[in-house]
Amino acid sequence: MVNLIKRYRSFLVVLVCVGLLTVFNRGIGIKALSISARSFVEMLFIIPPVFVLLGLLDVWVPRESMIRYMGEGSGLKGVLLSLFIGSAAAGPLYAAFPVSAVFMKKGVSFSNVMIFIGAWSTTKIPMVLFEFESLGSAFALTRLLVDIPGIIIIALLLSKMGGKEEIKQIYDNAEKIDPCS
Amino acid sequence: MDSYLLYGITIVLLLLSFFKDRKKTSMALKKGWKAFDNILPEFLVVILFVGVMLAVLDPQTISKLIGKNSGWVGVILAATVGSITLIPGFVAFPTAALLLQAGAGYMQIGAFISTLMMVGVVTIPVEIKYFGRKMTLLRNFMAFLFSFFVAYVIGKVAG
Repeated sequence: MVNLIKRYRSFLVVLVCVGLLTVFNRGIGIKALSISARSFVEMLFIIPPVFVLLGLLDVWVPRESMIRYMGEGSGLKGVLLSLFIGSAAAGPLYAAFPVSAVFMKKGVSFSNVMIFIGAWSTTKIPMVLFEFESLGSAFALTRLLVDIPGIIIIALLLSKMGGKEEIKQIYDNAEKIDPCS
Repeated sequence: MDSYLLYGITIVLLLLSFFKDRKKTSMALKKGWKAFDNILPEFLVVILFVGVMLAVLDPQTISKLIGKNSGWVGVILAATVGSITLIPGFVAFPTAALLLQAGAGYMQIGAFISTLMMVGVVTIPVEIKYFGRKMTLLRNFMAFLFSFFVAYVIGKVAG
């Protein structure tokens, strides 16, 4: 119980703040709470497959094949796979962080992890389809064509700028915080 | 529709896994649950923040700030709003369409959408937990800068 309260401490603090907000400004407070409740339900609907797939990946896919397909020296194959997996995902970007930790644990190269994060944030297929519908093909197509090279360049720059030491630390950390244990 | 596809794939793989090895499957489910449980407290904080933000900012307020003639100042404003807010796509795109109708410019909306997707100020603490301070700040900063380029191209092509 104490542990539970400790883990949800920040949430409880923010919840109390929103409660106070509601006391001072009923309209905004209630609107905020109802939007939050709606996005929570939305999230509960969208997110379960991501975590089930994460569990299956962790159990079934051996480290060796992850390294072969997406590790250092996996080349274009690794880049394309990372782009594809990120684009096929669903859910908000912060759901991608635990997935990347498992990727790192399984030996996926840092630049590919970053490409995966970039794809998850900008080229998710369901989201892009929706974008075509709402904002038109000129907007969506342009963004896509600029973003795909963009996320690859950013990923490569990040893994260059990180340096071996820094990246090793991140990998050690991923091993430690192993989200699945 | 899209999430049904993901559900379909997940169910097929789960069944395959179940027929191959029941023990491994239950282990996979436990691991998946564990990963979700680990990140749930942060999820809830982010969701509350987003709720308050969306309650305060309505389309009219935003479109006033980032109109067609607001130029690069409008782009910077739009990029800042996009970086700080965290709005799911199914809300963001219709909102952006509304904003365009209400007089916002394509370049500004480009900056807004791009930073919305790539930069997450609210989730920086979560990201730091996984990628460390340096990489997290660098990633968000580069994505922020890159969004201006995206905005410029979108403004040229779609605007």
